[in-house]
Formats: sequence, C-alpha cells, structure tokens
Amino acid sequence: MPLSLSLGLTMVLLAVGLHAIAASRRAGCTRRVYGVSLAVCSVLLGMALAHLLSAASPTTLVLPLGLPWLGAHFRLDALSAFFLVVVNLGGMVASLFALGYGQHEQAPERVLPFYPAFLAGMNLVLLADDAFTFLFVWEFMSLSSWALVMAHHREPANARAGYLYLVMACFGTLALLLTFGLLAGPNGGYDFAAIRAARATPGAATLALALALAGAGSKAGLVPLHVWLPLAHPAAPSHVSALMSGVMTKVAVYGFIRIAFDLLGGPAWWWGGLVLALGGITTVLGVLYALMQHDLKRLLAYHTVENIGIIFIGLGLALAFQTNHMYANAALALTAALFHIFNHSLFKSLLFLGTGAVLTASGERDMERLGGLIHLMPWTALAFLIGAAAISALPPLNGFVSEWLTFQAILASPELPQWPLKFLVPAVGALLALSAALAATCFVKAFGITFLGRPRSPAAAGARETDGYSLAALFALATLCLLAGILPGLVVDSLSPVVGMLNGSTRLTAQSSQPWLTLVPVVDVKSTYNGLLVLLFMAFSGIAAALLIHRFASTVARRGPAWDCGFPEASPATQYTAGSFAQPIRRVFGSVVFQARERVFMPPPGDSRAARLEVELRDPVWERGYAPIVAAVVALSSRFNAFQYLTIRRYLSLVFGALVLLLLGMVLWR
Amino acid sequence: MALTADHAVQGGQMLLTLLLAPLLTGFVRTIKARLLRRRGPTPLQPYRDLLKLLRKDVVLADSASWLFRVAPYLIFAAIWVAASLVPTFASGLPFSWTADLIAIVALLGTARFFLALAGLDVGTSFGGIGASREMMIASLAEPAMLMMVFTLSLLAGTTELSAVARFMLNADVGLRVSLALALLALIMVAIAENARIPVDNPATHLELTMVHEAMVLEYSGRHLALIELAASLKLLLYLSLTACIFAPWGMATAGAGFVDDLVGVAAYLAKLAAGGLLLALFETSVAKMRVFRVGEFLGAALMLGLLGTLLLFVSRSL
Repeated sequence: MPLSLSLGLTMVLLAVGLHAIAASRRAGCTRRVYGVSLAVCSVLLGMALAHLLSAASPTTLVLPLGLPWLGAHFRLDALSAFFLVVVNLGGMVASLFALGYGQHEQAPERVLPFYPAFLAGMNLVLLADDAFTFLFVWEFMSLSSWALVMAHHREPANARAGYLYLVMACFGTLALLLTFGLLAGPNGGYDFAAIRAARATPGAATLALALALAGAGSKAGLVPLHVWLPLAHPAAPSHVSALMSGVMTKVAVYGFIRIAFDLLGGPAWWWGGLVLALGGITTVLGVLYALMQHDLKRLLAYHTVENIGIIFIGLGLALAFQTNHMYANAALALTAALFHIFNHSLFKSLLFLGTGAVLTASGERDMERLGGLIHLMPWTALAFLIGAAAISALPPLNGFVSEWLTFQAILASPELPQWPLKFLVPAVGALLALSAALAATCFVKAFGITFLGRPRSPAAAGARETDGYSLAALFALATLCLLAGILPGLVVDSLSPVVGMLNGSTRLTAQSSQPWLTLVPVVDVKSTYNGLLVLLFMAFSGIAAALLIHRFASTVARRGPAWDCGFPEASPATQYTAGSFAQPIRRVFGSVVFQARERVFMPPPGDSRAARLEVELRDPVWERGYAPIVAAVVALSSRFNAFQYLTIRRYLSLVFGALVLLLLGMVLWR
Repeated sequence: MALTADHAVQGGQMLLTLLLAPLLTGFVRTIKARLLRRRGPTPLQPYRDLLKLLRKDVVLADSASWLFRVAPYLIFAAIWVAASLVPTFASGLPFSWTADLIAIVALLGTARFFLALAGLDVGTSFGGIGASREMMIASLAEPAMLMMVFTLSLLAGTTELSAVARFMLNADVGLRVSLALALLALIMVAIAENARIPVDNPATHLELTMVHEAMVLEYSGRHLALIELAASLKLLLYLSLTACIFAPWGMATAGAGFVDDLVGVAAYLAKLAAGGLLLALFETSVAKMRVFRVGEFLGAALMLGLLGTLLLFVSRSL
C-alpha cells in the first residue's frame, strides 16, 4: 500500500512538472509548484519514516510498463525507505525555501517544470527494483537535473558545466549499464530478485563492482570522477544546488550500496581496501580544493566531494569487515556511513540554502566581495553558523557524531587479517583526521569572510534579511542538525533495520535504552559519547559564567573604533580576504598538491600603480587525468575531420574497402 | 540520580581545574623569569590580572557583531568542559563517560573555531592573520593529536580517558615504542596548541609571527578575562592529559576514600609543578621558529603519531 501510494505521489510530481510547462509564466505558478512539491515530499517523508521506524517487511509491485517481458518492478525495503527519508526531507525543505526564493527567479519556465520532475526521478531511483527501470529513472534524474543546471544557460561557465555534466552522466550510466549487464548474466535476469539469487561469478562480480564504483562514484563525486560536480552544482539555482549536493549525491551512494551490499555476493577482501583508499583520497583532496575556492557555492560543492569521501570510508570499512565475517564491526562502519549520509544531507542543504539567501540579498556569491552580513542578515547568519559548525564536526552538533562513529570503526580494525588493510586503515584514519581539521579551517573561512568583518562591496553593504519561508527552511535544518547531534542514539536506532538488512541481520545494540541516551556503539569497547550532556555542560558553564560576571563584575560595554594595534584602517580592503585566509594552507599543502605558485608584482619606486599578487593553482586531477583524454579526443576527431572533405571516388573506394575488410574478418573469424 | 561522593569529587575536579589554571600560567611565567635571571611577577599575578579585567568596561569595536560578544563565553565553556573531563586527581568519575578523548579533542576544536571567527569578526588585518595562522596550525595539530589518540586507544582498547589511565597504571604495559612516539607527538601538539615557543610566543603580540595574541587583540574587559582564563585552562588541560596518560601514578579511583583523594591531589600538584618547570625550561632554551616552519614541525608530529598507530596495527606488542 505505501509503495503504490508513493508511486502515485511521484506521478503527481510529474504531473505538476507537466502543468508547469504550460503555466510557468502565469502568476502563482511558482507558489503552486513548490507548494505541491512541499506537500508531496512531506507525505512521502512520513510514509518512508513510518516504514523505517516500524521495521516493516519489504513490499514489491510489478507494473506492466517498460520492457514487455520484464515489466517495471518496484520495491520498498529498509534501505530505500532510509534514502527516501533523506531525499524527501531535503526535497521538503528545499521546496519550502523555494516558496520564497523562487519568486526571484528570472527564468521560471526553465526551473519550474524540471524541479518536480527531478524530485520524482530521485524518488523513483530509490524504488526501482529491476535494472531497466533503475537505469531509466537514473537517466531521467540525470537529465532533469541537467536541465536545472542549464537554467541560466546564457552564462558561458554554466554552458560548460552543463556539457561536462552531460558527458560524465553518460559515462556513469554507461558504467552502470555494463554493471547490470554483468550481473544479469547471459540469461538476462534483469529484475533485482533474480540478480540477488543468481550470485555472479567472482570474476564478473569484481568487474561489476569496479564498474558500479565508477558509475555511482561519478554521480557522487568520488575523486577522480568529481570534476563535473563543483562546476554543475553551483550553476543551478540555490535550492536545486542544495538538492543536487545534499540529496542527489546520496542517491548515487544508494546505487553503490544497493549493488555492492545487496545485489553482489561473496566479495573479495580487497574491494573494501579499494573503496577505502578512494574514500581517503577523495576526502582530503575534496577539502583542499574547497579551501582554495572563493566562490561560496563552489566551495560548498567541493566540500561535498570531501563528505562523499567520508561516506565511502565508512562503506569501505564495512565491506572489509564483511569479507572477514566481522559483522559487529561492519555494523558499526555501516551505521557511521549511513549516519553521515543523513547528516550531510542536512547541513549541506542548509549551507546551500543559506548561500541562496546571501545570493538573493546581495547578488554576490564571490566571498571576496561579501562580508559583514551578520549585521544585515542576523538570522541567516545564525543558521549558516550552525551548519558550518555541524559540517566542521564540532560537538555537540551532528557532524561530529558520524565522524566519531567512523573513527571508532577505524579503531576496531586492527583485527583485520590482511596486511595491506593493516597499513591502509591507519593511513586512511590519518587522512580522515586531517580532512576533519581542514574542514573546520574551510568553514571558518566560509563563514568568517562572508558574514563577519566589514562589507567588501556596496552589494554586500546593501543586503537585507531574507524572507520568512527561507528562514523557516534554514532553521528547520539547523534544528535537525542540533537534534541529531544531541540525540544520536535515536538516529542510530532508526538506522538499525537498514544495517540489519545489509549486514546479514547483525546490527548495533539498541541505543535508546542507554542511560542519558549515551551513544555506546560497541559494548565490549567502552567508548562512549553523550552529545546531550556535552551540550548541557556547555550551556551550564557558559550561562553560569555569564550570569556570575554580569552579577558581580562589570556589565558595561562601550563602542569605539577598532583597536588594531593603534592603526585602524577605515578601508574594508585592508581586511583579510578569502585568498589571504587560505594562504598558509596554500603554502603548506597547496605547493605540493596544486603546485601553487605565488608571484608578487611590485611597481618600481615612484610608480603609483598598485602592486599585484598572482596565484597560480594547477588541478592535478584535470591535468593528469582529463586533459590527456580531451587532447586525444580532439586530436583524433581533427584527424577524422579529413573524411568530411573527400571526393566521391574516395568515398566509394572507402566503402568498398570497408566491405572487403568486414567480409574478410567474417571469414577469418569463422 | 543520587548525589554521591563521586559526584562531589567530580564537582571538586571541575572547580580545581578552574582555580588552578591561572596559578599554573603564573608559575610558568615566574620560572621563566627566574631562568632569565629576572625577578618576575609572583605566580599569583594572573589572578590579579583576571580580577582587574573583570572589573573593567568592555570596549567593543564599532563593527563587532553579537558573535564577538558570545564567543568568549562559548570558548570558555567548551574548554572548561573539556578540561573537567580529563581526569586530574581521580579517575572513573560519574561523568567520565560523557565524552571520550576524541570528543575532548573536538571540544577544543569547537573553542578554536569560535576563537578564529571572533578574530575575523571586527574586520581588522591583525585578527585575520591570527585566525588564519591558528587554523593552519590546528589543521596539522588536530590530526596529530588524533593519531596519538588512536595509538592509545589501540593499546587500551578504549578512547575513554579514565579507562586509558587505569590501563596505563597496569604493570604489564611496559615501555613501548608506540607510546614513546605518542608522547612525543602529544608534547609537540601541546606546544603548538598552547601558543608556546617555538611555535608562538605567549609573551608578545607585536611580532610578525604572532598567532594567538593577534586573534584576541580586539578583546577587552571581561571578555578578555574569559579568553585568558580559557587559555590557561587549555594549558592545564594538556598538562593534566599528559600526566593522566603517561604518569597516572597516585591517581585516586572511583569510590576511593578521602585520604586517597588527598594523595591524588598532592600527586597531581606535583605533576603540574614538574610539567610547568619542564615547559619553562624548554621555552627558555629554544628559539622561536618561522611561522612556515611550523608546518614541518607539526607534520613531524603527525608522522610520529601515524607511525605509532601503524606499529600497533602491525603488532600489538610494539
């Protein structure tokens, strides 16, 4: 029953999209589209949550659509229910935000039809239960999000982003197509139940896992397949960016989990190592890229890459544990990964929506031209600050809990018998610790340069607080970030059906029965964390200090010019900028990773021109990985270009030669 | 939950850290002055400074926001909670399960996050330079610290500090390479995190290499008092942490009698004095390094921590 209702509701979303094609220019259409999306997402969220919390058994449905001999299979189980919660929570909040934000859209006819279609596509991917339906709706999701990326298509950067996105999405779908081809075997059992029952041979399974990692990883933004992500996510309108970064990457992770944990069987141990290593590299490279950005949306998009790395570290650990039959530890690692998926969808959506509010208020997303917004947009600033603290893994917020669980999973891993894993896991742990610290730096920069200090441009000085819908959306997410941080036991408990399903029914012990809702992941390793008490202690000591000081010491606060060691400078240009804030990091890490070069041009004495500083960064992944491929494709196609200008005789002889060669080939092959 | 003797000990521990922190800072300053053959202020001077600052008015910069006013309380709260979760004279206290060592490190991260933001808030170049450098130092020091935590927890089987202290009290821990590496990493991190020489100089803020003092340049009055107190607490925290992990002798256990607690306090004071003395000696015998050498210094700490962890992944007996 919930399954058919869910499918019906996604049809409602599609219908709204169709309606918006016709009516997008009319007044009130924006409200209608986002209102309906909001309502549908709320219902879907409620149903998915009910399914997850009641730990209901899976329901399936076959519709006579798609391939005639296959039909369209749909299934709602714990895994898809969890991801439905993530998707529809994100969709709900983004729609709420867009009720206000969408009013400023210049080209609503390019956004409104595709927005509900995109939501429907993500929901359908999670419900699909056969390869054909899965690939079809996956591609539908990609294309509808591509249309949203191209919403402001006149900007050349967006056109390039859209092109790159399309190429990478095609590559990803191709990889997934081959994955399912391998899994289905020669008899073509394309529905997931048949694949699960068939259990591919080790060789085919290995190849399938590699392809699934490429296919889902390219959508999720796993290094080195991430290049499109930081270009495409910022190009879309902000509420869509929030959905793409916070939610669609999770759908990609869902694809990987579905294939690697559910459909494939009998994995080899080094799969876990491969996923783990990729995750570790992704997380550090992602945050280093993010630190080098001064476009706020692009910084957030690169930071998504980092978080995807953290998720894949958890998944890789879980795979490694499962292959060694250490199911208790695998449950811990899986819980960490799923918790981080949930967390990241919360705070990344929050930060993108906050950026959207800044963008509406000031028209700027370049941090070098922002500043001082905390005075003009105090509520947006507060919500953004909570998101920034949460994503930097600071207690007592939620980002810390999932990283803590991942650390605990890493600490449980010396029992792994394989030597390469023994060396890999602590190295990945160091990378994770490094990325956590760098993330804090990144978000001190993002929040500090954007919201603090003094306005760096007239646009920033004229910003106004955003509308009520947007603020409601921001604070809904901020509240959830805090709640998930102080009551992590409840989240872990609701994840346990998913973990049980993926992990041979081994799961973590129930957390909600612990005193004071303490998180006790593994009973025999007595490592505990209690976010609620940390918050209470902090609130107590902070408030007590404030009260005591205000009661017994001074309460006077005078205003004056900044001290700045006696030489305050009125010009806001003397403040630290995003570039100068990142300079020490650029010097320590960037000179190796990005071959960062700084050049200072000093005019000679007497010359009144301004001095200039040039920073040159090179993208190692693009230059080593993609540029050669692009160069090869261009060289090859320009070589083949000659074929367009042949005489008719040459074409005829070409056709004849090809025919002879093919016949010869056929004869020899026989 | 009934109020037991253990809860009293926990409360006593929280107050003790708060009361001792300025004394430790003053003690280190006095010893440093004596080593330089100066008379120096009495060790009680930080208390006087704090009282003076508390009574003074706050002067806020025109461009300061609410964050600038809230941050000192947040920073103080985070560091005080972290410091009171480190066992000082007694282990196994009723709230020791609230946060493990990873969470303590992260709580210090919370304090640092808000301190750096406060540095950026007024919009001066001094605040920015301090915040930017502090975060650069932290982004290497925090992973190094976490690798030290990994080493410990792989040995002790837990990241909870009381349990780690109990484990280290066992005779069969013995001398281990990994522990030596962890100790070295912890000391290097502690020096960097507390803005001590050779990474930063706590005695000056008018140097091009400044970090911590540049960040708090705009603070005055009660806000500055809280930040100074938080800085002293942080120094105390790192010394207590080192003492609790690498020299847990004399520490009272949960439910121990009053006499045991007194012995624990005496041992703790002795450990703090020894730590302060060593710190002062070290600080007077080395020169401050260039700020971009800090990367190499802390990179070495990170590598030491990683090496310790790797050794334990290879063999539990190393």
